[in-house]
Amino acid sequence: MNEDWVLYEVFLRSRSGLEHKHVGSLHAADARMAIEHARDTYTRRQEGVSIWVVRSSEIVAADPEEAEALFEPARDKIYRHPTFYTIPDEVKNL
Amino acid sequence: MYTQALDSADTAAPQGDADEGGRRERFQGRIDRDEKIEPKDWMPQEYRQTLIRQIAQHAHSEIVGMLPEGNWITRAPSLRRKVVLIAKVQDEGGHGMYLYSAAETLGVSRGALIEQLLAGRAKYSSIFNYPTLTWADIGAIGWLVDGAAIMNQIPLCRCSYGPYARAMVRICKEESFHQRQGYELMLTLARGSAAQRAMAQDALNRWWWPSLMMFGPSDAHSVHTAQSLRWKIKRFSNDELRQKFIDVTVPQAQYLGLTVPDPELRWDEPAQHYRAGPIAWSEFHAVLKGDGPCNRERLAARRAAHEAGRWVREAAAAYADKHGADAVAAPSG
Repeated sequence: MNEDWVLYEVFLRSRSGLEHKHVGSLHAADARMAIEHARDTYTRRQEGVSIWVVRSSEIVAADPEEAEALFEPARDKIYRHPTFYTIPDEVKNL
Repeated sequence: MYTQALDSADTAAPQGDADEGGRRERFQGRIDRDEKIEPKDWMPQEYRQTLIRQIAQHAHSEIVGMLPEGNWITRAPSLRRKVVLIAKVQDEGGHGMYLYSAAETLGVSRGALIEQLLAGRAKYSSIFNYPTLTWADIGAIGWLVDGAAIMNQIPLCRCSYGPYARAMVRICKEESFHQRQGYELMLTLARGSAAQRAMAQDALNRWWWPSLMMFGPSDAHSVHTAQSLRWKIKRFSNDELRQKFIDVTVPQAQYLGLTVPDPELRWDEPAQHYRAGPIAWSEFHAVLKGDGPCNRERLAARRAAHEAGRWVREAAAAYADKHGADAVAAPSG
């Protein structure tokens, strides 16, 4: 069986001023090749102006089983949103 | 595709644990609410296996699909047609890469998938085992084969498995040019000399039925359809998609002034559908089993390419070992 090259995750900045966004993954022997493969695989139609690659094994992800413990506490804190507060219509610029 | 390399098969809950029933119920509940399933989420082992099989077959199809068209790159009749064909074949390679990546999120390695293909143990679309005998075949493939693929793939953009659905969105965006360049090529031939029109008709004659077979066996004989529909891996049955394809494609053939090679084809006015004659399923099964016109040739070409590329892979690995894998990284931007 052939040993796979290292798995990298690919992030693209689609145009200047925007953040890098995850688009997919690929295998490469080293980081330089990962950038070159990312260019050929994910930017054939000018989808990016900048590429990040990161070894997949370096990504630490939250466990979906813990989603409730992590995200539930924010649900009832509606006072964190501006619409929670009632301001008379006559008051402007708030 | 956010990948967990090889650990997911092991970290999945052992089948038959105390809460297996409850987990399955919650899983189906998520599917029914149209939530997407992501790589680290719990999923039934059969769902995982079904997806691995389907995505891998799809990836193999893209890769083997480069061969019949690659056959004509050096003989394209103009520079314009040549750059278009190169771009299309490169896209197919890219689509294979997106799909292998999606399959890997389910815990299978790319090396294992490719080995299955090269060993002749994996299936790929039956259509790529037919030869491309004339230049018109390049037009017919774009128009009919990519047309049928798009018909199959658009619903997959809403597939319940997130990485597969996202790969399909990307692929569908790119396929549209494939189909249009094919139809444009056919149109050029159809408006050309008598010999060119005959070439276009001959290509339609040979690719029509194999294209209809691309949708898979009829619903009555499709083993996987019901469960895949329940899991929202599929959204429409094989026969529904085939009918849609026939309905949109027959008028396109008429516009070309070509004849669909089906003497029983007729318009069903009350139902507003074209009705096709019976499909020769014995041919489909023979091609799937390995006895199509080009099965051996396709696999031999893939094996030769894999072997011929071995020294490149080894050199790249040796270079990475020598210099440190991250030493030549470009600065982040």
